[in-house]
Amino acid sequence: MALFSNINFEKLRSGLSKTRNKFINNLNEAFTGIELVNEDTLDEVESILISSDIGSELSESILDMARIKLKEEKDLSKDNFLKLIKHELGKVLTKNADSRSNSADEMEKYKPYVILIVGVNGAGKTTTIGKLASNFKNAGKKVIIGSADTFRAAANEQLEVWAGRAGVEIISGKMGSDPSSVAFATMEAANKMNADVVFIDTAGRLHTKNDLMHELSKIERVIKKVVDHAPNEAYLVVDGNSGQNALTQAREFSKFSQITGLIVTKLDGTAKGGMIFQICNELQIPVKYIGVGEGIDDLQDFDKQKYLDALFNEVA
Amino acid sequence: MLEDLTQKFERALKKVTGQGKLTESNISDTLREIRRVLLDADVNYKVAKDFMDDVKVKALGQEVLTSVSPGQLITKIIYDELTELMGGQQRELSINPSGTTVILLVGLQGCGKTTFAGKLAKSLSQKKRNVLLTAADVYRPAAIDQLKQLGNNINVPVFTIDGSKDVVKISQDSIAYAKANNLNTVIIDTAGRLHIDEDMMDEVSRIKQTVKPNETLFVVDSMTGQDAVNSAKAFHDRVDFDGIVLTKLDGDSRGGCALSIKAVVSKPIKYVSMGEKLDSIEVFHPDRLASRILGKGDIVSLVEKAQEQFDSKETEDLEKKFLANKFDFDDFLKQIKMIKKMGSLKSIIAMVPGLNKAMKNQEVDDKQLVKVESIIQSMTIAERKNPKLLNGGRRKRIAKGSGNSIQDVNRLIKQHGEMKKMMKMMNSKGGMSSLGNLRNIGLN
Ligand SMILES: Nc1nc2c(ncn2[C@@H]2O[C@H](COP(=O)(O)OP(=O)(O)OP(=O)(O)O)[C@@H](O)[C@H]2O)c(=O)[nH]1
Ligand SMILES: [Mg+2]
Repeated sequence: MALFSNINFEKLRSGLSKTRNKFINNLNEAFTGIELVNEDTLDEVESILISSDIGSELSESILDMARIKLKEEKDLSKDNFLKLIKHELGKVLTKNADSRSNSADEMEKYKPYVILIVGVNGAGKTTTIGKLASNFKNAGKKVIIGSADTFRAAANEQLEVWAGRAGVEIISGKMGSDPSSVAFATMEAANKMNADVVFIDTAGRLHTKNDLMHELSKIERVIKKVVDHAPNEAYLVVDGNSGQNALTQAREFSKFSQITGLIVTKLDGTAKGGMIFQICNELQIPVKYIGVGEGIDDLQDFDKQKYLDALFNEVA
Repeated sequence: MLEDLTQKFERALKKVTGQGKLTESNISDTLREIRRVLLDADVNYKVAKDFMDDVKVKALGQEVLTSVSPGQLITKIIYDELTELMGGQQRELSINPSGTTVILLVGLQGCGKTTFAGKLAKSLSQKKRNVLLTAADVYRPAAIDQLKQLGNNINVPVFTIDGSKDVVKISQDSIAYAKANNLNTVIIDTAGRLHIDEDMMDEVSRIKQTVKPNETLFVVDSMTGQDAVNSAKAFHDRVDFDGIVLTKLDGDSRGGCALSIKAVVSKPIKYVSMGEKLDSIEVFHPDRLASRILGKGDIVSLVEKAQEQFDSKETEDLEKKFLANKFDFDDFLKQIKMIKKMGSLKSIIAMVPGLNKAMKNQEVDDKQLVKVESIIQSMTIAERKNPKLLNGGRRKRIAKGSGNSIQDVNRLIKQHGEMKKMMKMMNSKGGMSSLGNLRNIGLN
């Protein structure tokens, strides 16, 4: 990923480290030296996995896999067991390694490159668009944002502030108007200004609201009318604090749009975002970015290895 | 067919001695399953463990007095315990009857504070309170606009100080403004903040100390995962909130974070927020949340139904008759009627996870019950009370009257006789502390 390669991972590290320390302390307690794996270790590792929102089922299967692997190993220490766990977790995240992505090459092929942003209420969609827009702008792209949240009070005003901060164009519609008409107008404006990248912000919606989910499909249909390859991406924004419901969100949103990536926000807190493992495992949706704060620069590329390292406090 | 039913009877009888009480072994599968259920509902790992341990201690040794299995009973006990834990505290807002009531809303980013502020304002206005909304989120772009628009929609004034970033002053001034304008309720909407952000936590605790709210509410997204314990605890340490508001419950999250939070801060859940419209605010029903977390509303209602049916005087009478070895055909009939009142055997079994699988090789047919019932109904009152009267002629009449074969009738009479014998044995052994599971006919 060329566009964001300049970002530094300090923020991720310091963000994750705030409780990661606790996580690691736990691990260190569990894995002092070369003590051999026993029932207590398994319980402890299970507790650590589950406490990271990895979910009981996946935690169990990761533990089982690591145990089976351990039998083939000479080194039966807890340290080695931990390595195996990490390896298994890593394998889950590579399930989506070859998914299509907005690599610089890919983006050259399509103009404008259209990115739809969806998710439940308060997940961090609007803020993330502000950050993304700023990053693409800084990378020399011509960016336009469509504010297709015509429902929530002051959604337009919020996105306008972000567009201003990022220094990009914005199209917004009237409160209560049809969001797909805003999306349509944005696409036309994008063509007119010869934009490279288009972001469409949508209203937060719970995936249980059928009519609102159909509204998303409609937005997709409408933008296709203007640019037939659109959308190139549909990113699902997931609150890093969320638990098992995130998997349901990913499942349900996938039924209405082809979700091409996840953005996990609020990882500057103490939540670890472990639900991404289940989402990757079941739906093969890659994690693209992580949000690590409320500032315009607080967005990072998701780097599997760095995430795992951060989780296990082994950042180089 | 009748054979099957009686075999089930016999098996049930055999189990009685072992299953009359909740023991480590007869509830361990269910406990394991429920622990998993709690984790899947986002109950914190440690909280789930402690909770299950507590319940186990309380439940062990309890008698299985109703027509349910130990697993079902422990599920119901857990449900009751959950309901108790999450309710059982005063959930009214503390309103200052004479002066100004100040309500402070705090929480993480994106948890739904602003929308809830609008809802609460609307609900309190409808209760004839004169409400002022205070916009103390000076950070998130357009947060003030958002609150202003909400206030406008519900005709509630919104207090702001243009350009000011001093949220302590904004909050303080808003109260003075309310007093001067005959507004007796002030709802302060603060910015979302991370519990580890020292400056921001310090800010909110200064607001709290300065305005001394009557009520501080911690607003939390019901989709929150394992980390809920950390954020709730940190907020509680810093602002000592009085109650919890669970938002976005109109989705399908299981809401286990509520239990986690209750466990670490032990403060009541006061409201649930169920949608984006400003009237979708509800008072909290602990029982509903308990069955949502447990996802076992069906078992709970089964056990309740069973308790309703079986805890009656009729059941006691039956039990006495069992013990006195006077269980006649009339009693048999009563028992069948009770089962039928609970629904079909199949539906009862379907409601119980695990049982369905365990029963897969056994034909469970309500027709068996109907058959037994019809045979007994064709007996005279005297015959039902005294099976010894049932000679060949009478049996033939009963078979004909009930539309069954003579063999069916013979079998039923024989089995009833065996049941009585067995009961006599068990009674004399004195090994039967409870007849609970005897009532599991057809279920075991
Ligand atoms: N700490 C932190 N806060 C974030 C992050 N991303 C977003 N937020 C905050 O979360 C809150 C909600 O963000 P929004 O961008 O408004 O979320 P949204 O999904 O657009 O919300 P709706 O449109 O109302 O559904 C705001 O207070 C943001 O500042 C993040 O990565 N870290
Ligand atoms: Mg938004």
